[in-house]
Amino acid sequence: MRLIIREDYEEVAHYIANYIKERINQFQPSSERPFVLGLPTGSSPIGVYKKLVELYKSGELSFQNVVTFNMDEYVGLPRDHPESYHSFMWKSLFMHVDIVPENVHILDGNAPDLDEECKKFEADIARVGGIELFLGGIGPDGHIAFNEPGSSLTSRTRVKTLAYETIIANARFFDGDISKVPKLALTVGVATVMDAREVVVIITGAHKAIALAKCIEDGVNHMWTVSAIQMHPKGLIVCDEDATLELHVKTVKYFKSIEHVHHSLIGAENLSLQGGVKQLRSPVSNDRPQTPFE
Amino acid sequence: MSIAYSTSKIYKIINGRLLINHEIVENSYLWYQDGKIIHPQSLFFDHHRDADEIIDAKGLLVVPGFIDTQINGAYGIDFADYEHSVETIQENIDIVAKGLLRYGCTAFCPTVVSSSPEVYEKVLPLLNHRKGSATGGAEILGAHVEGPFISVEKKGAHKQSVFRDAKEGIAAFDSAYGSELLKGSKAVAIMTVAPEIEGVSDAIPDLVQRGITVAIGHSACRIAEAEQAVTNGATSITHLFNAMQAFHHRDPGLIGVLGAADLPLPTTSKGHPKPSLTSPCRHSPDPRPFFGLICDGVHVHPNSIRIAYYSHPSGAVLVTDALSAMGLPEGEYTLGGSELQVDKNGAAYIKGTSTLAGSTVTIDECVRNFQKFTNCTAVEAIEAATLHPAQLLGIEHQKGTLNVGGDADFVFLDDSTGELRVEKVFVAGDEVSF
Repeated sequence: MRLIIREDYEEVAHYIANYIKERINQFQPSSERPFVLGLPTGSSPIGVYKKLVELYKSGELSFQNVVTFNMDEYVGLPRDHPESYHSFMWKSLFMHVDIVPENVHILDGNAPDLDEECKKFEADIARVGGIELFLGGIGPDGHIAFNEPGSSLTSRTRVKTLAYETIIANARFFDGDISKVPKLALTVGVATVMDAREVVVIITGAHKAIALAKCIEDGVNHMWTVSAIQMHPKGLIVCDEDATLELHVKTVKYFKSIEHVHHSLIGAENLSLQGGVKQLRSPVSNDRPQTPFE
Repeated sequence: MSIAYSTSKIYKIINGRLLINHEIVENSYLWYQDGKIIHPQSLFFDHHRDADEIIDAKGLLVVPGFIDTQINGAYGIDFADYEHSVETIQENIDIVAKGLLRYGCTAFCPTVVSSSPEVYEKVLPLLNHRKGSATGGAEILGAHVEGPFISVEKKGAHKQSVFRDAKEGIAAFDSAYGSELLKGSKAVAIMTVAPEIEGVSDAIPDLVQRGITVAIGHSACRIAEAEQAVTNGATSITHLFNAMQAFHHRDPGLIGVLGAADLPLPTTSKGHPKPSLTSPCRHSPDPRPFFGLICDGVHVHPNSIRIAYYSHPSGAVLVTDALSAMGLPEGEYTLGGSELQVDKNGAAYIKGTSTLAGSTVTIDECVRNFQKFTNCTAVEAIEAATLHPAQLLGIEHQKGTLNVGGDADFVFLDDSTGELRVEKVFVAGDEVSF
């Protein structure tokens, strides 16, 4: 797992958006071999989407051959309700960019048979060859998607009852009235996310500090479902300084230093870290390195 | 639940700054199909449809098309003209409807000055409500009949000989205007009357019931008569300040209605101004009427425009009151039988007098002047020529709005110089070529 630490939310969003842009462009997607992207909702990714829209508008990124799968959707909320995840994705990303409507997959919370809908979603992912990069956020209770504490770490897409803490957190989008928040949601499972070839998690803010510490410094635990990333061969967590407040100083210093070494020896443009060390170069300076795509 | 959509072309306007819900919004897009503004989210998810054509507004302001509720003619053509054949009159109407587009006017009420019953019989059927198109011209919203139930003392350039009273109530109106009046708002959208004329004020409810918007104007009424007329259902004042008693501090006359405090509150919001900071009740529709303002800088002093606007901002409606000389150079012309003289400021006077007969100003010029005179925001100036006239006529869900369901009549404005200039005009979604 890599931990990238940046100063504040702006820099984190900037980093992730550029990272996704580089991954897509280096992948060189085509209609036969599209880039399959997993996407989250919530307040954390808003800055990332804004930056991605800017990259599209400046011509640096195209969504023509990008296929997306969203993590979750409320059950029973009309699709065009302003707080549905369909509406969120439309307003945050899809209405601005050149993505093809057929390439967008969001779970249907109004499907007549919810279990069938979940199975179909998993099948759709398999049909396009699996997810190349899954972007996600984290809840204060360490959950990924709606996989609340206690969710099996081998879970797949299914119906979940939302935890009380989650309903309270979401009430701000429903006029502060917790009775208006949907109680059920469809969500990808922990294993569905971990099946992706790469997992990127955005963790910002002091209120996420404990969750980040539990997920990377303690063991793999179903009470902190993001901890499953410890078992993933290619996990990346991008966080701001505030989110590191509960980490050991040693952890923070370690990840900051290896980022520096990585850039000096391998080159920042070598995103996938494959191919190993081609050429040993002497470290340039002790300052935080500048990645070429920032 | 998904809605059935037609298969016609979907348009998306990008890089525009849209006037939506009283604000200029960036990073948003305007989608339309079949001449109506649509919400494309369902289209995207349920029908997998994306925009078929993208229109780049290149950073310009995108606003609803302007609506002119008082215009007597243009390009040498007079809507009260009845001497030509029906075919010629129809062609003339089309010439004006097409010509108005270049000023950003996508809908208007052709105004007919006081005339005899024969004139109305011939002319009104040709001025019925008619949808606009990019090639056919601006939409006709029904006629604005100004008179003959008006005051001799405040006749302006109208022909006194056709004036009459309404002793017989609504029957007097039917006999004056002919059978078209029975069609209500489809034929006659607005009627200007003077409430002090016998029988007029009592007949207002009958006119309102037919869907006609009743406006008070060309009147010498006192404040009590004016307020009574509003209580009876009048919802507009025709060209405020002109052809009415001057404001006097102890006898404010028709102008004083803007300061009315205890008019009965309307039961519906349709046809009434929205509440503002100066409304008698901040939560109900404003009981005070809308009021037309001619912002050519000649009819009304800029300071007077400013006073009126800030006393009742949600009621201001910009009108041109343009006459046949609009679009033509200075010189001598005729209107409704009178001889007029147009000077270099564009003001039209009865020949040899200082009585104003009308203007030659265009609606976009009115918007620019209004913004300059009142120092209001661009949004407020534009709404006075779009949203407010639409509210006056009770059509604010179709016209004067960029909300979903509205007609796709809009204008691209360039505000880079500080003044609002018309760059492109669209009617029912089609761009007008000039």
